[in-house]
Amino acid sequence: MAEIQLGNLLIYYKEIINGYYLFHIFIGVDMIKEIKIGGFGGQGVILSGVIIGKAATLFDKKNSVQTQSYGPEARGGASKTEILISDEEIRYPKAQNPDILIIMSHEALLKYHADLKEEGILIIDPDLVHLDVISDFISEHKIDVYEANVTKIATEEIGMKIVANIVMVGVVTKITKLISVDAAKKAIIDSVPKGSENKNISAFESGYNLF
Amino acid sequence: MTKELFIQGNEACARGAIEAGCRFFGGYPITPSTEIAEYLSTTLPEVSGSFIQMEDELSAIGAVIAASWSGVKSMTATSGPGFSLMQENIGFAMMSETPLVVVDVQRGSPSTGQPTMSGQGDMMQARWGSHGDYEPIAISPSSVQEFFDFTVLGFNLAEKYRVPVIILADEVIGHMREKVRLPDNVETFKRIMPKEDPKDFLPFKNVRNGTNPMPAFGDGYNIHVTGLTHNELGYPITINPKVHSNLVRRLVNKILKNRKDIVSCDFKYCDDADIVLISYGSPVRSIMETVKIGRSSGIKLGYLKINTPYPFPEDEVVKIAKNVNDLMVVEMNLGQMFHEIERVASSNAGVHLFSEIGGTLPKPNDILDRILELL
Repeated sequence: MAEIQLGNLLIYYKEIINGYYLFHIFIGVDMIKEIKIGGFGGQGVILSGVIIGKAATLFDKKNSVQTQSYGPEARGGASKTEILISDEEIRYPKAQNPDILIIMSHEALLKYHADLKEEGILIIDPDLVHLDVISDFISEHKIDVYEANVTKIATEEIGMKIVANIVMVGVVTKITKLISVDAAKKAIIDSVPKGSENKNISAFESGYNLF
Repeated sequence: MTKELFIQGNEACARGAIEAGCRFFGGYPITPSTEIAEYLSTTLPEVSGSFIQMEDELSAIGAVIAASWSGVKSMTATSGPGFSLMQENIGFAMMSETPLVVVDVQRGSPSTGQPTMSGQGDMMQARWGSHGDYEPIAISPSSVQEFFDFTVLGFNLAEKYRVPVIILADEVIGHMREKVRLPDNVETFKRIMPKEDPKDFLPFKNVRNGTNPMPAFGDGYNIHVTGLTHNELGYPITINPKVHSNLVRRLVNKILKNRKDIVSCDFKYCDDADIVLISYGSPVRSIMETVKIGRSSGIKLGYLKINTPYPFPEDEVVKIAKNVNDLMVVEMNLGQMFHEIERVASSNAGVHLFSEIGGTLPKPNDILDRILELL
């Protein structure tokens, strides 16, 4: 059985009798979407990754894997999470060339921007990063940039700086459409402390309505 | 109805332990295993179990051994540095045939190494870490679902063979979140208690699986539990060569003679493969992807996923080696299981090592590059 791949089609074929072939065509293989979120410890970067992964698996019924890496510090150190979403089984659990990069600290911008896929999506909080340092990279690789001032929105509109990550989940849901609004809200309610559900849903909606 | 959760590997392990009937955890927290202790510290009391944080790993494994002899399924969870400290008492548990589960969520090593990064540097420590001849059972999960399933399996094997079982996980699996299906009914092995009159009972005799039912302290069986060479009654007999030889051979054979029941491997695309990749634990995810990419560009790759590093799946590796040109062992150390595989397979196939150290998972494209050099 031979196998060829055309875009997102995976075609298996074999010759049964001279000139007669048996084909198996799989559609949608390798359609793994990779999201990477970078910031610093205490911003809720990892929780936002958990919420996206939970929304995709438990509520949208897709496959998802969420991994994380962090320094030994409890707060202030570098923090990163990666979420892979797909209709098929996910083998390798780490992002290799993210389709979507979400940046919540300048350090993370410098560290991760180069991994971003050609024509990938970059979402940043403009109050936390200086985008001009990578302007060449952005034009060269045709990066689609969205500036979402999530920390300011969380502080001024919701009155809680710590929900900036949930505002960002709203932004990601709107821009990428990788998870449904319904699934995102269910995952938020399932993941945040009891009593804070309303504030978090408001934060999500503020982010969702930003674009 | 089966329940679906999106949880971390460490939480899946802790949930598996509860389902398997574990009712005691003794430990000392260490990254990247801490979430196991954290989950059990609140959950065990809810199911009438006990949780204790000891002063260090030496006493932690001691508490687990004692709890097991009180008739309770018991465990601990640690990482490389703590696993090193537990070796002496793991040997005691081997010699005294104490069923228990040690979860080792491996991190970058040696020494305190890289607390928040992944590694597989404890493979040989799990095999030979304590002194003397013994046969450990070690199981390596490569998904969050397997961390749940293999923890249950670990408890079942520990109870069936009266041995410590080591779950050799790693940071990637411990901290990764994936969907897990929790079954309604988990098959568990209930500890077999002796039925004989306490006067006639020999606790260290071979009557079933190479061992004997295990009484609990307080049941009325006044038995002696020792790390010294002992007779079937449990009394120390340390200068009789035959007693020692019989004891140690029985302990080793109860695992080796039941190899078929314990060993577990998964194969894929091996029938027509030229090169087979071999791994265990989280790098299995890398080789699965490598095989997928390789196959789609016409390279005949297959993979062998080792679920039970120990007892080492010798027959399975040899069988594969006879059908292929090359084997490539992918692991997160500078070559540990590689030497085991080379030992049994090198007369039939070329055996190569792909090492990744530094804390991150081997990248499929890097593995593929190495494969292209072989072609």
